[in-house]
Order: sequence, then structure tokens, then C-alpha cells
Amino acid sequence: MSLDRSAVEKIAHLARLALDEAQLEAYAQDLTNILGLVAQLETADTAQVEPMAHPLHMVQRLRPDQVSEEVRREAYQAVAPLVENGLYLVPKVIE
Amino acid sequence: MQWETVIGLEIHTQLATQSKIFSGAATAYGAEPNTQACIVDLGFPGVLPVLNEEAVNMALKFGLAIEAEIASRSVFARKNYFYPDLPKGYQISQLDYPIVGSGRLTIELGDGRQKVIGVTRAHLEEDAGKSLHEDFNGMTGIDLNRAGTPLLEIVSEPDMRSIKEAVAYARKVHQLVVYLGICDGNMQEGSFRVDANISVRPLGQETFGTRTELKNLNSFRFLEKALSYELDRQIDLLEGGGRVVQETRLYDADRDETRSMRSKEEANDYRYFPDPDLLPVEIDAARLETIREALPELPDAKRRRFEARYGLSGEDARKLTASRPLADYYEAVIASGADPRMAVNWIGAELAGALNKAGLEIQDSPVTPAQLGGLLLRIADNTLSGKLAKQVFEAIWNGEGDADAVIEAWGLKQITDSGEIESIIERIIADNPKQVEQFRAGKEKLLGFFVGQVMKATQGKANPGQVNEILRARLKP
Amino acid sequence: MHTKTIVELAAGLHAGEFSSSELTEHFLARIADLDGGLNSLVTVVPEQALAAARAADQRIGAGSAGPLTGIPMVQKDIFCTQGVKTSCGSRMLDNFVSPYDATVVERLSGAGMVMLGKANMDEFAMGSSNETSFYGPVRNPWDRERVPGGSSGGSAVAVAACLAVAATGTDTGGSIRQPAALCGITGLKPTYGRVSRFGMIAFASSLDQAGPMTRSAEDAALMLQAMAGFDPRDSTSAQEPVPDYRAGLQDPLQGLKIGLPREYFGEGLDGDVAASVQAAIDEYRRLGAEPVEISLPNTGLAVPTYYVLAPAECSSNLSRFDGVRFGHRCEAPRDLEDLYKRSRGEGFGDEVKRRIMIGTYALSAGYYDAYYLKAQKTRQLISEDFRRAFEQVDVIMGPTSPTTAFRLGEKAGDPVTMYLNDIYTIAVNLAGLPGISIPVAPAAGMPAGLQIIGNYFSEAKLLNVAHRLQQQTDWHRAMPAGL
Repeated sequence: MSLDRSAVEKIAHLARLALDEAQLEAYAQDLTNILGLVAQLETADTAQVEPMAHPLHMVQRLRPDQVSEEVRREAYQAVAPLVENGLYLVPKVIE
Repeated sequence: MQWETVIGLEIHTQLATQSKIFSGAATAYGAEPNTQACIVDLGFPGVLPVLNEEAVNMALKFGLAIEAEIASRSVFARKNYFYPDLPKGYQISQLDYPIVGSGRLTIELGDGRQKVIGVTRAHLEEDAGKSLHEDFNGMTGIDLNRAGTPLLEIVSEPDMRSIKEAVAYARKVHQLVVYLGICDGNMQEGSFRVDANISVRPLGQETFGTRTELKNLNSFRFLEKALSYELDRQIDLLEGGGRVVQETRLYDADRDETRSMRSKEEANDYRYFPDPDLLPVEIDAARLETIREALPELPDAKRRRFEARYGLSGEDARKLTASRPLADYYEAVIASGADPRMAVNWIGAELAGALNKAGLEIQDSPVTPAQLGGLLLRIADNTLSGKLAKQVFEAIWNGEGDADAVIEAWGLKQITDSGEIESIIERIIADNPKQVEQFRAGKEKLLGFFVGQVMKATQGKANPGQVNEILRARLKP
Repeated sequence: MHTKTIVELAAGLHAGEFSSSELTEHFLARIADLDGGLNSLVTVVPEQALAAARAADQRIGAGSAGPLTGIPMVQKDIFCTQGVKTSCGSRMLDNFVSPYDATVVERLSGAGMVMLGKANMDEFAMGSSNETSFYGPVRNPWDRERVPGGSSGGSAVAVAACLAVAATGTDTGGSIRQPAALCGITGLKPTYGRVSRFGMIAFASSLDQAGPMTRSAEDAALMLQAMAGFDPRDSTSAQEPVPDYRAGLQDPLQGLKIGLPREYFGEGLDGDVAASVQAAIDEYRRLGAEPVEISLPNTGLAVPTYYVLAPAECSSNLSRFDGVRFGHRCEAPRDLEDLYKRSRGEGFGDEVKRRIMIGTYALSAGYYDAYYLKAQKTRQLISEDFRRAFEQVDVIMGPTSPTTAFRLGEKAGDPVTMYLNDIYTIAVNLAGLPGISIPVAPAAGMPAGLQIIGNYFSEAKLLNVAHRLQQQTDWHRAMPAGL
């Protein structure tokens, strides 16, 4: 599977990553190489195999419905890039 | 050209848990921005989700109530997209193994007919935060209090064939989730949000037409109006030779029209995959049984029972069972011995009127069921006349005590002693010879005058039936 | 003093030969002197360390100290530490001071360990050489022109160069075991779910696991004792009871069946490394163990499987880094899309961007079945290889890494070449099994490691097997020159 510039641009957009124009070719090559590595999976016969999502056969634990978190807004927002009146600010979102 | 409407609804109900679906932060509405968003809700580096048991139980309650298939194994999946109100950059939702599978709901079509609407599935997911667009110098403010609130997304089959059916279904789901106690149903606060998919096709055609999605209709009225507008728009478009574009549209209530959402030009590739931070949920038979046994009597069953046991009309039974608190109130009034029909009338008229005026819900009624029951008993045993009863009701409402206490305090006992009534009537006849003569001469209408006089003399306390009877007897020439 | 193990130092502390404050000052001075040339630490916290040391001394004095009390260590900078910068080796979190402690941090400081600072690492744990860090490469103390391995390179170097007594690391595809091998120390990756992931910045959620990096297996046992155990804040945390990891350390190995996968001793394995590993296996024979050849036929699928699953999971895990609530935010974003793209483009390095993109691709519409779903199936095949093997043998052994430490920059040009370093370690993460790397004899003058893989929750056995070798040999005591 070979990826060209425009494929890389599409993926980068999905992943919201700004890439240097100059690097696009290099990324395309790297990603193509990695996909080459990954292509080896095609050789495996997995017709009768169940997909494995978790290494252990565990079941989801259920937590009792209780308020157990004391929210320290000031502490959490101390690391925020841009906050006003307790709200996180981002460039205006058009609906 | 005859067109057939096809509608399916996706309803997001906020589950009424104390804490969030994946964290222990509180879910109460109306808190200061970001005071109910803990590090898990905020998607801080290193945090992990842990599933709220009550959210699962509530989903199961719903599933059992709509006779749905319940998954023995259910999986959470990540829905990946970027938006500021989605802190992790993905929403934890369910794709291939929803907790509730296919079920059904019966709606009434108003003319006595019923229709079964299929529910495709219902799944659990977390809610996103909120964006506030005003007053930030061209910026948008993000409040993540709501992020992580549990949602049950209920997806219907595209079984509805009219806007009326769609609204009836939406109302039915609303009633059910409130009945089950899993959602407070408050549409203004966003606890119950409806998205609609609508398309049209020529009558008789098997394949579906292209549908549009209408989002975030937060009242039944808007649901109806938006569907109405959209239906007309699609038909006009198709009859004019155009094609319906599959897209998402927003309803503008001010202009009563739907508009295409600009920001969704490209279909999102959500890249769903099973969430590796969560394990499959296993629902065992024991849990289901416990929930099934604890299910409240559902609206339809309750309605049928009210009709049978209390001899109510379908209409009255429907009104009284519209909500559980109302139905419970009614039954508590009956339990104190009152007559079912009287109870219907008084609850529907006096009580409803007073509650409306005061802006109160039945649960907050200052008149308890026992008190109302007591009042009705005093009317039934002729202690009180109907008119006086209304005044006593007001007194009870204002906290003056039970019916008996008020009757005592105001000296209101109805006069039913025929002897007493007779003597009063004698006096009035004696005092009004002219009218007596006129009446005996044929002016039947003057009976009202005499009744009025008796009532005045007894401050309304005389039993009207007896007054009438005795007056007629006495006035006979 | 700085070459001693936790066990030796704890004895000294309890005997009153020195205090934790003295010990801590000693290590802080070594860091100041020597780390400039190694770059193993991103952050040093002298005041906090000395305060912790004083508290430890009080506990020691009061007789309420445990085996880890007062021992100076470093935390890999992937663990959230309250009030202390937590960078994950990335510009994205260069300004991030965590408001909370990871469970691992709570448990170790609860046990009285003294945190000296945060260890350098490959950015977001993605790498096998510690060359992708925003804070510059870490250097191998055995040869400063060579890499220490990764992603827990800083942790490995801090222990190898005796800048700390012990360290924590994390391992997703070999990131504890491989740097341990390349730096000549002991590194344990526990069974998946044994140690809580809460507060450990996620790379690949179904593969990540935290573990100790120490001078000896006995030290690792002590640290694992404090780190392991159920955590209600982590849904993937195992409820399996935690045994006493020291109890069976001395158990004899008579009759121990050791599986030697033929796939681990084939082409690509450096001859000198092979010889050192063989010598270790011979030691085990002398101890009464019985090596047998086994086969893990799907070994060749491990690296390709990993490079679908790990990037897929990380592409999603790293979406939260968007410049909104914490971390790097670009200057003057024009609109929302610009905010996301530039914040993330500037905040993440190349390797991270590559993996996010591969992961995004593997999950995208039309490719999910061919990549992600397929990889989950080959993961099952790989796990079944181990399951079958453990029906025949008690433990599995082989080299940790195909070569010793390579030169800085040597493999950085081609991602795929770099990925193949993890060829022996990756399958263990895919299966969720525990694995430990311990030093063997040097190979052409550089450290090399023996990897021992156990069945689920058999850490006690692994530590026992490792410890017995360390009682017979002194390979784990070797120290780099000049330190």
C-alpha cells in the first residue's frame, strides 16, 4: 500500500496535524514503509480467529453511583492556556 | 403525486444518576461553569473511565420496559472527532454491541387506534460539554460540566408515517423514561433531546427516499414544526424536479424553517474502535431479574387498570396516568374512601387549576391526597354543599387544616335537618308574600329566588336537594 | 554508597549508618555533577526530595519504616506528579504541571521512596532509543555515543549511572526491558493489569504497563510489592491478589523447564549477544533447570501487529492534546481548525506524528477490517503461541534485544529499522504476559540482557528465576567506567 502526498494530507487533516509542506514527501515515504512492514499481516490465516481486544479475560467492573469527586476548578484551570470566568476559550465556533 | 412520509427518531435521554457515567463528579444541573468537571471529565493526561452501575441499571430498566433483547455482553467504543466540547477528542459510546437491542413501543393515534413502533436499539454514551457563543470578543467559551453525563440514545425504526405519529412516539418515550425514573424529562434543560430523520417517497414505493436529519429539537412543538417545514420543503423540492440532499439541518424557531448546517459539509469519519480502557460489560440473569421485579407499573398497564378498577373512561384514565405522581395521587385519594368519579372531577378541575395558578407540580401540592379525600367524603355525606366545598378546598390549600378542621372552625356543617330547613323556609315564605302569590299563580321561575333566600339565610349551608324538595312542598297552593 | 542496592541501603538506613537526607543529598550532588553528560533527567526536585527524605528519616527513627523508606529514586516523566512538571518527553507538555498524582506515584511515595526528579524518555513513550525526546537524546553511560534504548531511557541511565537507586519505567513494546538490557540493569514489565495505569499518560492502552527498573531482581521485587495491586480508578486493573514477591526468591530451580524459542535465536541476533545469553542459560542448567527448544511460530507477526494496534490506540489517546485545557497552544490561532492543527503540529515531534497518522489511517473508513481488525486477530494467534508453550514449560528465555546499544543517529533515519529492535519484546506485550530483563555478560564490551517471560501473574516466579542467576553471577553488578 503506497501513500502519496494527498493521502497524507487527508490523514493529517483527520488527525488535526499541521505538517510542513517540505516534509510531506518524507512523511509519505515513511508511512508507506511502515505500511510495508504491516503488510506482512496479510500472510496470516485468521479466518477462524477471534479478535483479541484485551489480553486478559476480564469483565467491566461497575462503580456505585456516588458523587466522589471534589472538583478543584482553580487547580485544574491553573494549567489552562486561556480561561475566562471559569470557561475555556477557543476561537469562535460557527454552528 | 401521492407522497408517503417516513420518519425515524433518535432520542438522547440524560440518565438521572447522581454521578457521571465514567467518573465520580456530580451531574446536577445549573452549577457554575466547570465546577462539576473532574480530571476524568476534562480528559487530563493519564485519566481513565470507570463505569457507573446505575447508568447500566437504568438502561436495562428501559430495555425491559420496551420488551427488548438485552445483550449479555456489551462493548463500549470510541467515536473519534475533534470539537471543543469533547475533551478527549473522542466520545465513549457504543457501536456493535449496544446494551439494549431491538424492542417496541405502542402509541395511541387518538382515534382509538394503536400502532407499534419498533425501537432498533438503545445504547449508553457520555454527553459532551456546552459551548457558549456570546460575550467573549469573538471567542467561544466552553463549559464541561455536562461532559460525562450519562446518555441513553434510543433509536427508533423508521416506522412513523406521519408527523402526528412521530410526536406521539416522542411523547410516549418521554412518558416512559419519566415513569421509570431514569430521566427527569426536562426538555428546557436538555435532559431529553430529539433528532429526527425524515424522508418522503412516492406512495407504494418500497425503497426509502433520501433523508435529512434534523437536530436538537428540544420541545414537542418544535419537533412538530420542524418536521412540518421539512416535509413541505422536501415535497416541493421533489415535485420541482430537484433531489433531496442527505444532510443535517438545524431548526430555526424564530423563522420557523430548517437550515443546512454549514460545518458538516464533509461526512465525519469517526474511526470507531472498542475502547481499550473499558472491558466488555456482562449482564447476568440475576441482575436482570432484580430489575425486572422492581419495574414500576408501566403507563399502559396502569391506564387499563384504572379503566377497569375505577370505571373511568379511556380519556380520563389516560389523563390520570399521564404521570406517576398524578396517578399515585389519585389512588391515594381513592384509598381514603372517596368516590372515583368525584376524585376525577376535583383533581381535574379544582386541584389542577390551583396547581397551575401557583406553578406547582402535583408532588408539591399543599393539599395532600388524604386531605382531598377527606373533603370529598364530606361532600358525599352531605356535610358540605358543592359550593362551600370549593371554599373549604381553598382553606385547606392555605394551610388551615383538614376538611373537618375547617368545617369546625368556620361552622360550616351543611344543614340537613329537615326540621331546621322547614322552619327557615316558613319564615321566608312569611316574609315574601308577594313572591309566594306570583309563584302560585304560575311563575315557576321564582323558585330560584326562594332558594336564593334560603341560602342567604343559611349562609349557603342548607342542603340544596332538601331545600328544593321542602320549598316545592310548602309553596304548593 | 551510590552503587548499592535498595536492600543494602535499607539495611544501612535502618542500622543508622546514614540517613535518607544524606543519601538524598549524595544523589542530588551526583546528578548535578554527572547528568549534564547523560541527560537522563528532565526535572530535578531537590527541595521536595529533601523534604521527603526528612519525613522518611522520621519514620525510620520511629521504627515505622518499610523496605523502601528513604530510598532515592526517579519517576519516568510519563507519570503524573502533583505540583511537578510532567512532560512525557514532549514539547506538548513542556508547560504542564500535573494537578494530581498517578497511582504508582502515590504508592511509591506512600512507601517512603524519595523522588529526586523526572526521567527523560522518548516522546510519549514512542521510541526504542530515547532519541525522540523534546529534551534531547539520553546517552548510554557505557558509551556516550550510543543510545540507552527506549522509551524508558532516562530511567535506565539514572539507575545504570547510579544517579538514583531505582526508577520506574513503562513498557508498551519493550520500553522497560530493552533499555534495561542496553544499560546493564534489571527491568520488569508485569502482567497487563498488575499495576494501575491511572495517572500514567496513555500511549497504547491495551499494551501499556508500569514496572520497576533496578540494580537487582530483589530490588525489583520490593518495588513491585508496593506498585502492584487493584486500583478502582483503572477499569483494566486486575483483582488478582498480590503475593509476597520476596517469599520465594530463593526457591531452588531444580526441574524448572525453560523454553527457548527457536525464533528468538535465529537470523538478526548479534553473535556476541547470543554467546552471552547462551552462557546465562548454561548457568541455569547448572542450577538444575532444563532448557528445551520450543517454537512460537507467529513471532514474525508481532512487530507488524504492534505497529497497527499501538498507533491506532495512541492516535485516539493523543487527541486530547488540542491546546484547549492544558499543554501547548499555538500563538494567535485564526480559527478552531488552526488552533488544533498548529498546536498539535508544533507540540508533537515527528515520530509521534507518524504514529498518529498510521493509527488514524488504520482506523479510517475502509481500512478498519484490513488493518485494525486483522491485527487483533493476529494478536490472538500470538497469544495462543504462548499459551501452548506454557503448557510445556515454566518460563521462556531469550535475548532481550538483537544487538547491544547502537550509535546515536544510526537508526533514527528509518522508522522501520528502529521498530525491529523490539522484535523479542513486543510479543510479550501483545499477549499481556510478564517479562523481565536481567544483565548477562557484556557482549563486545557493551551490556546485554536476558529476557525471561512468564505466564500470567507469575512475577514471583520470574523474580525467583532472575534472583537465582544474580546469586550465582555478578553480571548485574557491573558498572560503567568513570562513574
